[in-house]
Amino acid sequence: MITIDNKGYYGEFGGAFIPEMLHPNVEELRQLYLEIMDDETFKKEFQQLLRDYVGRPSPLYLAERLSAHYNASIYLKREDLNHTGAHKINNTIGQILLAQRLGKKRIIAETGAGQHGVATATVCALKGIKCIVYMGEVDIKRQAPNVARMKMLGAEVRPARSGSKTLKDATNEAIRDWINNPEDTHYIIGSVVGPHPYPDMVARFQSVISEEMLWQLLDQTGKEDPDIIIACVGGGSNAAGAYYHYLNREQVRLIAVEAAGLGVESGESAATSVLGSKGIIHGSRTLLMQTPDGQIIEPYSISAGLDYPGIGPLHAHLIKSGRAEPVSITDKEALASAYFVSQKEGIIPALETAHAFSALEKIKYNSTDVIVINLSGRGDKDLETYIKHYDKFH
Amino acid sequence: MVLSTGYWVTRTKNSLPNTHYPIPNTQKMSRIQQLFSEKKENILNIYFTAGFPKLDSTKEIILSLEEAGVDLVEVGMPYSDPLADGPTIQQSGQVALKNGMTLDLLFEQLEAVRNSSSIPLILMGYFNQVMQYGEQNFFTRCKNVGIDGLILPDLPVYEYETYYKTMIEEAGLDISFLITPQTSPERIKKIDELTSGFIYMVSNSSITGAKKGISDKQIAYFNRINKMNLSNPRLLGFGISNHETFSTACQYANGAIIGSAYINALNNTKDINRTTMEFVEMVKGQAIDAKIL
Repeated sequence: MITIDNKGYYGEFGGAFIPEMLHPNVEELRQLYLEIMDDETFKKEFQQLLRDYVGRPSPLYLAERLSAHYNASIYLKREDLNHTGAHKINNTIGQILLAQRLGKKRIIAETGAGQHGVATATVCALKGIKCIVYMGEVDIKRQAPNVARMKMLGAEVRPARSGSKTLKDATNEAIRDWINNPEDTHYIIGSVVGPHPYPDMVARFQSVISEEMLWQLLDQTGKEDPDIIIACVGGGSNAAGAYYHYLNREQVRLIAVEAAGLGVESGESAATSVLGSKGIIHGSRTLLMQTPDGQIIEPYSISAGLDYPGIGPLHAHLIKSGRAEPVSITDKEALASAYFVSQKEGIIPALETAHAFSALEKIKYNSTDVIVINLSGRGDKDLETYIKHYDKFH
Repeated sequence: MVLSTGYWVTRTKNSLPNTHYPIPNTQKMSRIQQLFSEKKENILNIYFTAGFPKLDSTKEIILSLEEAGVDLVEVGMPYSDPLADGPTIQQSGQVALKNGMTLDLLFEQLEAVRNSSSIPLILMGYFNQVMQYGEQNFFTRCKNVGIDGLILPDLPVYEYETYYKTMIEEAGLDISFLITPQTSPERIKKIDELTSGFIYMVSNSSITGAKKGISDKQIAYFNRINKMNLSNPRLLGFGISNHETFSTACQYANGAIIGSAYINALNNTKDINRTTMEFVEMVKGQAIDAKIL
């Protein structure tokens, strides 16, 4: 049984390792999040926005040419068709409604590639709430279009200049902002990471993905269960959403695809389940990449959404307990899949999602298997990278 | 199980006071407890990051602080992601790590300091560092090199009580927990129960080095805490940087902790001893000296 206990542990992973300064805010959330999420008016408003604003349900699409190529039934869960182009908005819609109910007047968020930042800026504009997004100085330079989108939406983008100036440091800066503004601010974390209750709360908001899969698969295949679900994992929010309703259906194989960067052994990688060990990052006991002395190592991947040095505690537990199978995919393999899928199906996937497609080359399956790939985001944001490498792959 | 439990209960009830077990030696106080039993006010605790400005600055810094009349020294274990600290301390940590500081090296340096210093030493760092060292190994090593207390800001009260309290107590280490203006009275009482040594009272909702000066709102918070009659003494930290803020802090607590301001003073110094003597003199100022005399 995969469950979370009332202290926020999935097995040995999770908890809330936070400085006392954060305790009142995190404790307030812990006490109220389930009650708020269970409230009928909250559910109604959440579902209505997911339908009318985000465009849910997202289609489950049988990819015929891919299926023929790989000799299996391959379905794509089209999170790329959501407003703002990825699954991220499922969570930010949920959290902005929650923040309103907590009476918060100011929203902060961290972002790596900028997808979560854009999704947060979007819902803040929707609700007329002040929004500050922390983004590593290095990421601001390499993700200029998303920085522009956030500004267009009225958010303030603050550069994180500490440490390695990327996602990990943007998260540190957001946490520090929360420490300095304990009363009026809600922190919208973008993945299933951070102190309890964040991993569980974000997983619940993202669980709409697998909730729809249940009936969509029943409609299209006659069974609720696929044989295999494949999703990419950085922090792990799209995977958590795609797995959620199948966590305790042991007959469904869960594949967690991590970014190997230049190769797992290259020293330039983000394959946390292979390279990581137990430790604490951003308030959660989980697997993370670190030195023997516990200093956090900066990961590398071509995909800015996967280069996080940890994984959510749910995924640490799923992988360590054998429930989920980790697969590592290099930059090169992911790029090859991105070009291949684009020309086979007419869908340009995000670089993160391209890693999930590459798993089809690595895992064993039968020709009768129904495989769902969570198509977590679209590739518009990655066009510059795709164009840069295009000639090498054609 | 039932039988043996019954036997045990009967035996204990009928026995005279049990002499089989070592009675905790309540007479022997730790260096930190000794300090607070002898001195009730104007206590000055100074923080520095080990390995900054130079890898081998540790000994000179501690001896200089002791010579300058500082009461307690908080030794920071440099960390890549210090969530509760501001930019000054994070940058000093990055320099220290770049200089090559590791926990093993720090323990060696501290062991060497103990031969020539008796000032209470507190180790401050993040719990991941302790976990990777191995919790039991870490606590034992602390005790063996002569560390007196710990401050681990991201070790939650729940985890401490459930898993580490016994280990830390058996190692004979004191531990300080933090309270902030937002900490509820019930939680403050709980923290007071679990703390040994002193409570680290965060002066404001902030990261270290973030805010300057002390406001009326903060003073109301200090007074509220004073009225609670807590069993542990309190040191005020965050935002204390000079004589003015130090003496205000000392009016409302047993003393204060200074970190970022001292790190700034050490930045670019050519003479650690002189910088330290001047810094401490600046903080203590004439008023405090006159009061002590």
